[in-house]
Amino acid sequence: MGLYTFLAALVPLNNYGHFIHWHWLYVSYANFIVICLMVITFVAALLLPFPGRNRRKENR
Amino acid sequence: MSTTEIERQWTTRLRHRAAGKLPPEKLLPDTQPSYVSSWIYVFGVATLSSLILVIVTGCLLALRGPSWWHGSFIGHFVNSLHLWSVEVFFFAMVVHLWGKFFMGAWRGGRTATWMTGVVTFLASLLTAFTGYVSQSNFDSQWISTQAKDGINATGGGAYFNVLNMGQMLMWHIVLLPLAAIVLTALHVILVRVKGVVPPYDDDATAVTTPEGATK
Repeated sequence: MGLYTFLAALVPLNNYGHFIHWHWLYVSYANFIVICLMVITFVAALLLPFPGRNRRKENR
Repeated sequence: MSTTEIERQWTTRLRHRAAGKLPPEKLLPDTQPSYVSSWIYVFGVATLSSLILVIVTGCLLALRGPSWWHGSFIGHFVNSLHLWSVEVFFFAMVVHLWGKFFMGAWRGGRTATWMTGVVTFLASLLTAFTGYVSQSNFDSQWISTQAKDGINATGGGAYFNVLNMGQMLMWHIVLLPLAAIVLTALHVILVRVKGVVPPYDDDATAVTTPEGATK
């Protein structure tokens, strides 16, 4: 029960949602955060070295 | 039965054709092109793995029913696992889609692979939507009453009634998962037949062993 209380205090879900409204753009903060995380993951996947990548390049 | 007759059988012809197009070493390869050693190539498999978890948890929910997933601790856990595996599924699929879009993954005769991916994405969206309206709680009531106007405006409301809980549940657990699974299987088979799309400036003939040595 303590964990539930802690999480509820951290991310209160029992109220109205928050939205970003800028001109034509209308998106909830929750969806906006997920979109940002996807973009970050995409960029990280392109930039971060893959394990064994250098070894494979040396062997080419 | 003569040899000629055996060769003319549809089973024989189909077997020869399948073995020619997709021999076992191509279906389950032990080497991959060197360019595949990048994180961006991981998201296809991540999508597939989360889809398996979605199916397994969905089967568990179907076995026990709404009173279980709303009223017991384990039911809540499996219900949440079903939801979050769907979230991971879409997250991985969108990153996979972006990666393949910027790679031009339809190149080299891979149009069918690209298109099966696109249709799988659309089928998955519908599957998720029917799942959200099948939760049998206030959230699903809100989503379905909001969605009905949009669907009625398209003229499809008579055939796809989001307020009809039974119909939505059947679409969610039978028709759409069947479509998504068949399309995914077809997509994976096409990836195996045509191979993983190479980068624009890479040598597509280079392959590496799991140990890293290049053949």
